[in-house]
Amino acid sequence: MKKVTCSVKKKKIGFPKFNSSRNQWTLGTVIILFFLLVYFVLVIYPLIWMILSSLKTEREFFRNIWGFPAEFQWENYSKAWSMGISDYFLNSVFVTACTIATTISIAVLAAFGLVLYDFKGKNLILLLGMGGMMFSAQVALIPLYRVIQNLRIHDTYWAMILPYTAFRMSISLLLIRSYFLSIPREMYESGVIDGCSSLGILYHIYLPMSKPILLTVSILIAYYSWNEFLFSIIFIDSRALKTIPSGLMVFRDALNTDYALLFAGLTISALPMVLLFILMQKQFIRGLSSGAVKG
Amino acid sequence: MMMQRTTRLQGKKRQKTPWSAYLYVFPMVVLMGVFIYYPIFVNFYYTLYNFSAFSLSHTFVGLGNIRLLLSDPVIATALRNNIFYCLISIGFQVLLALGLAFILEEPLYRRFSTVFRTTYFIPVLISMTIVAMLFMQILSPRGLLNSFLSLFGGKVRTGWLGRSSSAIFCAIFMSQWHSMGYTTMLFIVDIQKIPTELLEAAEIDGANRIQRFLKIVVPLVREMFFVVMVTTVSGAFLVFNDVYVLTRGGPGNSSTTLAVYMYDMAFTQDRMGYASTIAILMFVICVILALTQRRLLRTGKG
Repeated sequence: MKKVTCSVKKKKIGFPKFNSSRNQWTLGTVIILFFLLVYFVLVIYPLIWMILSSLKTEREFFRNIWGFPAEFQWENYSKAWSMGISDYFLNSVFVTACTIATTISIAVLAAFGLVLYDFKGKNLILLLGMGGMMFSAQVALIPLYRVIQNLRIHDTYWAMILPYTAFRMSISLLLIRSYFLSIPREMYESGVIDGCSSLGILYHIYLPMSKPILLTVSILIAYYSWNEFLFSIIFIDSRALKTIPSGLMVFRDALNTDYALLFAGLTISALPMVLLFILMQKQFIRGLSSGAVKG
Repeated sequence: MMMQRTTRLQGKKRQKTPWSAYLYVFPMVVLMGVFIYYPIFVNFYYTLYNFSAFSLSHTFVGLGNIRLLLSDPVIATALRNNIFYCLISIGFQVLLALGLAFILEEPLYRRFSTVFRTTYFIPVLISMTIVAMLFMQILSPRGLLNSFLSLFGGKVRTGWLGRSSSAIFCAIFMSQWHSMGYTTMLFIVDIQKIPTELLEAAEIDGANRIQRFLKIVVPLVREMFFVVMVTTVSGAFLVFNDVYVLTRGGPGNSSTTLAVYMYDMAFTQDRMGYASTIAILMFVICVILALTQRRLLRTGKG
């Protein structure tokens, strides 16, 4: 290592940028590349195997665990889809969309109130709003189950949408509020002078300006509610209301050993988030990283 | 200040009365109160009782549930598993991920790094239920892993999930497979914020790769490091999905964790009071760990 840097230092006088030690291949860097490749294969192979297996027949899956399917069994996908995956899929879409809508509306209202007004108890409310991040669902589960029962929303879509909204509220509030704080106050005042009501100002001035952060927050919420598992197995009993993560448990139990069909179901279920990521990589990464830093 | 000015401008318009401010925050307060704060607080009260999910009768047992908790051997197993989870996750998702992020941001690897980091991130996008069902097939007696090992003459007859010694480690390593790309991405985002001149200057001064990593990158991503550390550690003590779908805590209770055991107590054995006590234990562990780590961060700064 040392030798390399020394020799580079001498050359450096001429070509400071293009010949730096950071661009030289040594035994060490090749070994590192090898490990990067190993990790790459470890990640990608199981996924490829899942897709290949989903195209086999049930017998082929057991006989020939490694190979390619002799004939692609595309009908596994339509079978899996009609065996319940379609219901779970649509439920997931519905619950995710509703959670995004409720969370964003409530968080936007609260952030607007907290940014533009001074009132008694503001700091306490801000603290309560942000403090939700410290608590995880597991810790409140038993009383929450009781609350859901007492509200008579057990085994309805609300039993997922409302808790999801509550548990995504803090991070959404935090991100939206800090964005609102960056909007100059003059925007609000000009709205007031033009005779706009405060709701009108929120709708006509603040919301259009906040599109990027609303997109980020939506992705963060979608990622959470699409994958949420704990609430959806406990608060939902009927098969017809289950979302993908909990519905797959039912799907698996119904299949016995037809693993090819199971894998077709898994592949369909995994697809939307992967597609969303490919389409909106930048926003996705921004969403998840701002969600983590501040959470 | 501003409010006063608008007051003067607009005379008697409704929006400056603080009442509209309360209306704006009202939905949030109600929602979080009902679904987060009320359950958290009432949980403490629940531990004093024995009750079932579908009846109204409560039996007061005082500290009986806590005493039970302290002498329950399954709690010891669960705690041990959570600690394994925590330690291995720190190794992979914090330390290794940081190193990996640094390597992927090195100019030398830059031409491959987009492919690598995108691929490493894919498992993060897939729901844990899906991942666990996939791994059940990989780890089953005639699954992918065993047939791979048999290529090298290894004769593993049992499934990896069927043995109480290996089941929890299957869940732990599956979890690393799933989440390492996520923390790596977080570190990459943070490393990209470091000005390149800083790393180039260090290089001109003769710092090698390891020195640059330890002396420049590590101090500058320290805050992210602690954020990742706190989320990884508390995640490890709260872990549910991974274990529940992969092993359901079995065989026996050998791979159970606190959250899975709590679920069992509450929803299969209908011992809600005892389940609340387990929830309190998780809560206390997470609070203590978060506070300790915050203190460490503070001293690190000073």
